[in-house]
Amino acid sequence: MSVLVYIESDRGKFKKSALEVASYGKAVANQLGTSLTAVTFNANDASELGKYGVDKVLNVSNTDGFNAKVYADVIKQAAATEGSKVVVVSSTSDSTYLAPLLAVGLDAGYASNVVDAPTSISPFTVKRTAFTNKAFSFTEINTEVKIVGVSNNSFGLVETSGNASMESFSPSLASSDVKVESVDKASDKVSIADAEIVVSAGRGLKGPENWEMIEELAEVLGAATACSKPVSDLGWRPHSEHVGQTGKPVAANLYIAIGISGAIQHLAGINASKVKVVINIDPEAPFFKAADYGVVGDAFDVVPKLIEKLKAFKAQNA
Amino acid sequence: MKILVCISHVPDTTSKINFTDGDTKFDTNGVQYVINPNDEFGLTRAMWFKEKQGATVAVINVGGPETEPTLRKALAIGADEAIRVNTEAKDGFAVAKELANIIKERGFDLVIAGRESIDYNGGMVPGMIAALTDANFVNKCIGLEIDGTSAKAIREIDGGKETVSTSLPLIIGGQKGLVEESDLRIPNMRGIMMARQKPLTVVESVGANAETTAVKFEKPVAKGAVTLVSPDNLDELVNLLHNEAKVI
Ligand SMILES: Cc1cc2nc3c(=O)[nH]c(=O)nc-3n(C[C@H](O)[C@H](O)[C@H](O)COP(=O)(O)OP(=O)(O)OC[C@H]3O[C@@H](n4cnc5c(N)ncnc54)[C@H](O)[C@@H]3O)c2cc1C
Ligand SMILES: Nc1ncnc2c1ncn2[C@@H]1O[C@H](COP(=O)(O)O)[C@@H](O)[C@H]1O
Repeated sequence: MSVLVYIESDRGKFKKSALEVASYGKAVANQLGTSLTAVTFNANDASELGKYGVDKVLNVSNTDGFNAKVYADVIKQAAATEGSKVVVVSSTSDSTYLAPLLAVGLDAGYASNVVDAPTSISPFTVKRTAFTNKAFSFTEINTEVKIVGVSNNSFGLVETSGNASMESFSPSLASSDVKVESVDKASDKVSIADAEIVVSAGRGLKGPENWEMIEELAEVLGAATACSKPVSDLGWRPHSEHVGQTGKPVAANLYIAIGISGAIQHLAGINASKVKVVINIDPEAPFFKAADYGVVGDAFDVVPKLIEKLKAFKAQNA
Repeated sequence: MKILVCISHVPDTTSKINFTDGDTKFDTNGVQYVINPNDEFGLTRAMWFKEKQGATVAVINVGGPETEPTLRKALAIGADEAIRVNTEAKDGFAVAKELANIIKERGFDLVIAGRESIDYNGGMVPGMIAALTDANFVNKCIGLEIDGTSAKAIREIDGGKETVSTSLPLIIGGQKGLVEESDLRIPNMRGIMMARQKPLTVVESVGANAETTAVKFEKPVAKGAVTLVSPDNLDELVNLLHNEAKVI
């Protein structure tokens, strides 16, 4: 009967989104009056999961790294072992890749982009974003087994004082005809999906040569860098940085928009961020209507000054 | 190579989103519909396979007669034929079942769907089709090459990308990157004329059940006014972010 959570790690560390999934799973387990089991791959130490409410960890070793089909099948077996009626995953690229496969495998209804604990257990109802953050939808999942995909940075981390026991779990491993040839990943940069702070810049920056200050601001804040669509279309920045309705969604704690006008398609994608700051030379820019804090000014003047202020702030608070 | 491109018919990105019937239904009043942007990238990539590798391209939508102009647009862009499964799209699972049924019946080597549709943002249809038809699946696909029955695909991962090798039959969840923005095609007069002659077949649904139901909608609460900080007083901004917003 346990609620089951799929816990992702990256180079031996649990992802923050995974701890959020554990926190969410714990809330559901409490609502259902049951315990929380996690399924992980190649974890060495599960004690951190106990802190976020996990009672039992099923650890799978000897896999060759992420494969959506193989992992979905393992989670399916874990759900069967635990008799789980609710399975919780995150909104990472890997989770959103395997969740629909798992849904078919478990004959389970799947709701993605869920932003809050179930508003009702019977019928099982969750609040999710729809119309690319322009609205919320309360969605009932009508199947016996349910899959919830939690939106990043929406539920938050909730610490408790539990202990997780670790068990090794040896499911049968499916075969897959999708094989990873190579991975190209910047190891020293925060990804937009994981970042708590995102520093984003638009066409107001005039050209790719001016991104040095954006990167520096991001570095001072430990933030990921992002950009508006035209900036990636023009090739000033890589496509992976394009955020918005047709780019990546951003649900950061702090989103700083520099030289971005605030078109509806841009705002739709970043609106789930908690606090928004805009720096724009034009006081009429629509972004000011969507932001919490704004500076009307020239980015080439404001950004370097802001970097200095933040450095001083950090030195003081270190 | 037989390609099927799944087309989701969605409100234009500039649409204002409103609801009716006590916030239980999407208000279609004044809303312009378009090909889901992720599907537009997929369709353009399919055109490349058609022109360079002699593929045939069918497009499909699960929906009512109101989606036909969107399918005609896909034909005008260059697809050879269109299929409409005549039923309301209830949820991702029901849509995936309808699509899987047609795919099994007609047989396709490559099915291109989008990473997600921008209306209900399910992000589930392509993966579900893959599981239902037992085909290989690559999600968030930003590059695809086919050689005979082998495929090389690039998948976006958090913080980077991954190159995978796989084989047909293959389903992808596509997005921008599959082709460049500048490669997207706008239907021209000739395309629009030709589209009128191309087959648009309406098939009946298998009556797949939905597993989820959107019971109510809500709009985000309106934001308060922005707090403006002078560019000469950025200490204040740092202070607000630290003490008021508590984000740094
Ligand atoms: C189907 C569709 C999908 C789309 N999807 C997306 C999406 O996902 N994401 C997205 O971002 N866009 C998207 N767009 C594009 C969107 O409509 C806007 O065109 C785009 O967001 C504008 O980018 P921008 O703000 O960088 O540029 P602009 O609109 O050109 O704005 C530049 C801003 O910089 C300011 N500025 C200029 N100089 C300075 C200076 N020195 N200092 C400070 N500020 C300065 C200007 O006042 C202006 O407000 C989409 C459009 C369509 C049609
Ligand atoms: N009603 C539909 N008809 C045809 N294809 C669809 C439909 N709904 C979704 N799709 C396809 O599935 C993709 C992902 O949609 P979704 O899972 O709804 O986010 C879309 O980009 C389309 O390619």
